[in-house]
Amino acid sequence: MAKFNKKKSGDLPAINTASLPDIVFMLLFFFMVATTMRETTLVVKNKLPFADQVEKLDKKDLIMYIYIGEPTEALQSKFGKESRIQLNDKFADLSDIRAFVASERASKREELVPFLTVALKVDENANMGLVGDVKQELRKENALKINYTTKKGDVSENRKK
Amino acid sequence: MAKRSAPEVNAGSMADIAFLLLIFFLVTTTIEVDTGLNRKLPPIDDEQVEPPVIKEKNIFTVYINKFNQLLVEDEIMELEDLRKSAVAFLDNGGGSGVDACTYCKGKRDPKSSDNPDKAIISLKNDRETKYATYISVQNELVAAYNQLRDRRAMELYGKSLLELEANYNDVNWIGNKDNLKEKIEKIKIEYPQKLSEVQ
Repeated sequence: MAKFNKKKSGDLPAINTASLPDIVFMLLFFFMVATTMRETTLVVKNKLPFADQVEKLDKKDLIMYIYIGEPTEALQSKFGKESRIQLNDKFADLSDIRAFVASERASKREELVPFLTVALKVDENANMGLVGDVKQELRKENALKINYTTKKGDVSENRKK
Repeated sequence: MAKRSAPEVNAGSMADIAFLLLIFFLVTTTIEVDTGLNRKLPPIDDEQVEPPVIKEKNIFTVYINKFNQLLVEDEIMELEDLRKSAVAFLDNGGGSGVDACTYCKGKRDPKSSDNPDKAIISLKNDRETKYATYISVQNELVAAYNQLRDRRAMELYGKSLLELEANYNDVNWIGNKDNLKEKIEKIKIEYPQKLSEVQ
């Protein structure tokens, strides 16, 4: 019978983990590719509303972003709870918008300027008054292509508190 | 001299390093939202042009008050019903003679809009209206236009407008692009988006 119980070393064979790095690297590359690093640090709350008739924005480099919302919790003691505008990394006033648009235009090649779009990233709790004022400023500067950035979803989600 | 085999490099900690990187990217990632509603603002014209006379029946007024309630054509309305009534208004086709609309499927009520080209939706909001409500309303109105355009595209070409546009933007699509562009333009002319915002 000795023939049959040759393998009698009791301990389990070690699981080969040589392919584990491969799997992890695959995940890593996925995230590296899917990621776009945020260029600006948000100083306002930015919970976007939902809409379902959305179009995709292409040409990322031809978009200028205007953020509107309440200051983040850390900054509320200093700046209060009133909705504010953020341009680049800082809070801004309405009067700064025209200069901002002009500088964005100046930084692009001339033939691309007509394709510049303003993406309004507005917090869902912001008041339309401020948004209307911003739109008026943009009209004055003749930046007429705008995009209300929204998440894709049903509008009924906008009413949930 | 005996051939010495190279000692095996221990790759056991490779996974740890990769995990570290992975976790770093997971934490720093914010997948940026790049979808939205495209709109065009009206230019400011300094010239004092006499505004054209628009018949009352060709205007569909939507007002959002500061409590986020909707007043549509002087009646309170829920957001759910807005799309339907906007479609009914745009597609009414009540005009006759030159203003007649051959492709409209509405009620042809003489008290409502003449044809989609004349029909104007006028949107007004309060300063204290919440942005989320405003976007919901914009979305519903754009949806009304899209619904009509899609229906027309289906009728004419058996494809939705979205498909036509996808084909147009697809570099691998085989077919006459100029022709396709004409088709898309035709639908957009038949149902033009006339959405005006009151300042």
